[in-house]
Amino acid sequence: MISSSKSPTGETLDQAEVERFAAMADEWWDTQGKFKPLHRLNPGRLAYIRDNVCGHFDRDPRKLGCLDKLTVLDVGCGGGLLCEPLARLGAHVTGIDPAKETIEAARQHASLQSLEIDYRAARVEDLAQAGELFDIVLVMEVVEHVPDVSAFLATCAATLRPGGRMILSTINRTLKSYALAIVGAEYILRWLPVGTHRWERFVTVEELRRALGSAGLDLADATGLVYNPLSDDWLLAGDTDVNYLAAASFSKPSV
Amino acid sequence: MVRADESHFDVAIVGGGFVGLALAAALERASGGDLKIALIDAAPIQDLEAIGADPRASAITAASRRLLDVLGVWPQLADRAQAIRQIDITDSPLEAAVRPLLLHFDMALDGDEPAAHMVENRDLLRALRAHVLDLESVSVFSPDRISAMSAGRQRADLELETAGPISARLVAAADGRRSSLRRMAGIKVVGWSYPQIGIAACVEHDAPHEGHAVQHFLPAGPFAILPLKGNRSSLVWSERRDRGAEILADGKERVLQEIERRFGPRLGRVRLAGPYGGFPLEMHIARAFVAERLALLGDAAHGLHPLAGQGLNIGLRDVAALAEVVVETARLGLDIGGEATLERYQRWRRFDSALSATAMDGLNRLFSNNSDGLRVVRALGLGVVERLPALKRFFVAEAAGFTGETPRLLRGEQI
Repeated sequence: MISSSKSPTGETLDQAEVERFAAMADEWWDTQGKFKPLHRLNPGRLAYIRDNVCGHFDRDPRKLGCLDKLTVLDVGCGGGLLCEPLARLGAHVTGIDPAKETIEAARQHASLQSLEIDYRAARVEDLAQAGELFDIVLVMEVVEHVPDVSAFLATCAATLRPGGRMILSTINRTLKSYALAIVGAEYILRWLPVGTHRWERFVTVEELRRALGSAGLDLADATGLVYNPLSDDWLLAGDTDVNYLAAASFSKPSV
Repeated sequence: MVRADESHFDVAIVGGGFVGLALAAALERASGGDLKIALIDAAPIQDLEAIGADPRASAITAASRRLLDVLGVWPQLADRAQAIRQIDITDSPLEAAVRPLLLHFDMALDGDEPAAHMVENRDLLRALRAHVLDLESVSVFSPDRISAMSAGRQRADLELETAGPISARLVAAADGRRSSLRRMAGIKVVGWSYPQIGIAACVEHDAPHEGHAVQHFLPAGPFAILPLKGNRSSLVWSERRDRGAEILADGKERVLQEIERRFGPRLGRVRLAGPYGGFPLEMHIARAFVAERLALLGDAAHGLHPLAGQGLNIGLRDVAALAEVVVETARLGLDIGGEATLERYQRWRRFDSALSATAMDGLNRLFSNNSDGLRVVRALGLGVVERLPALKRFFVAEAAGFTGETPRLLRGEQI
C-alpha cells in the first residue's frame, strides 16, 4: 500500500488544472453549488457503471449489494461523488486524487456517512509502480484534462486486473460539444466556471479507441449521456456527440 | 463498504396504518430485504386481535390491487374482497318514487379484470400487519412515539419516547391527517372542512347485490351502496353536520330508519350488520410533501373528500411512487434521503394529488345542491358521458387508478 504525499510533478497531469479543482474542494458536496452539474450527471454515470460492470462480472444490478467485494480504483476521484455510491453498493473503493485538500474533504465526508473508502493523495503512476491491481478502474471526466491521453491511459491500464473492466467518461470534440459544453455550460448557463474545459483537449470516440488500443484495451462500448432540459437530468442515449461514457477490457486477457 | 450500526436505519416509517405498512412491505420486497426499516406506531400494532371494529370499507382500485398482489398481500385478502361489477348512478330528490338510472359503468377493464374491489378496512389492516410483522428487515417500535426529529445533511435523528434515539437516512411520515412529523417539520397545510359529515354503516339485505355499487346523488349529498361479500353492503352518505349528529345521537333505530329512506327497494329488507359511525368531511393538502430527510405520504400529505373512496388508493399511489424512487436511488448507491430523491418524489405526487382533490371537491359541490338548474346540468353532463364510450372508459380507468404516470407497483410490476 502506498500513502503518497509527494507533490504532483509528473508529466501526465497538468498542474494548473489540479490547482483549480483543489480550490473548489470544500464545495464538492454542495448539490446546489459549483458542482451541481456533476451531481446532476451522477445518476446517469452510476447507472452506466453499475450496469456495465454487472454485465461484465455477471452480477444482478437490482441487488443493493451488486458490487459486493469488487475492488474499484477511481482515478481523479475529486470529492468522492462516485466513490461513496459505489462503496454503498458493496465495492471496496480506492479513490485517488493528486490534490491533498480534495482528498481531505472526501475523507471527512465519507466518515460522516459511515463509509470505508481508501482515499489517497496520489497519482495513478504511484499505484501502477507499486503494482496494485483492481477489478474496476474508473477514469471519469479526466482524459479531457490530461495532455497525453495515450500515455495516461497506459498507466491506468497497468492498474487493471486481467479480466477487469475500465469505465471512462469524457466529452467528444465536435462542433456540438463546443457549442454546448463550452459556450453553453460555461458562458451561458454558468454551470461551470469559465475555463473549466479546453475544447482542444476533448477526445473523440475514435481517439479514445486508439489510445485504449495502444494500452492493450478494446473499446467494448460507447454510450452518450444527454441532457434533458425538461426533466433537468441526464439520460443514457445513443448520441455520443457531447458527453459520453465508455467501457474497455484487455484484448487478450493475460494470466 | 458500510459500517453497521444497530440504531441506524435506511428508512424510518412513522405510522403503522395502511400507507405505512404498505410502504414497509414495498421497500422490503423491492430491495430483497436489504433496506433496514424501522416502523413506529403509537398503538400496539403487534396484536392483530386488537384491531377495532370499523364500519368503513374501501374500494380497492385495480391499480391498488396489483400493488397488493406484487407485495404478496392480496392472496390473503382475495376471498374477503367483493368485486364491483357495475356502478349505477342516479340523481333524484329523496322523495322521488322511482330513481331513474342516469348512468351506469360496467366496471371491468380489458380481460374482465374488475376495476375495483370492496374490502372492509379491518380486513385490509389485518392482512397488511400480519405480512409486515413477519418481515425480518422491518424493526417494529410499538407502542412508541416520536418526541423530536432533527434532520441533517447525512441523516435524520429521531427521539423515541420509549426506545430512545434512532437515526435514518429517510423518514417517511404516514402518521395521518394530524401528522406530528409534518408539524415538527413546519410544513403548513391548506384545507377546509365541509358543512357535512359522512356516516358509514354495514348492512345486510335479503337480495344479492350481484356486485352492483349504487350511487344516489341526493340533495344533501351522495348516498353510496357498496357491495361486500355475502348479502352485505357498506353504506356511506353525507348529512348536514347538525342533522348527522342528531341521527347518530338518536341511535340504531333512527340510523336504520334513515338508511331505509334512502336505500331503495332493489335489495329487499335491510338491517344493520355491524357498527356505524360518523366521520368529518374535510379536505387538506400539505404545502410541501417533503422537507429535509422527510417525505409525507397518505393523509399526512393530502386528505380528500371521501366521495369516491379514493383516499386509500391515492395513499397507495404515494407508496408506489416513493418506493420506486427510493429503491432506484438505493440501487445507484445514492442518498435515499437526499434532496434529489425527495424532489423527484414530490414532483411525481403533487400534481396528481392536487388534481384529484380538486376534481372530488368539484364533483361534491356539483352534486350537493338542490337547484333545478344544476340538476339539468348534471343530467346533461352525465348524459353526455353516457353517450361517449371513450370518455366513459376514461372515467373507469380513472376510477381504477390507471391515469397519469403510473408507478410500476400499480401496474403490477416489480420495481
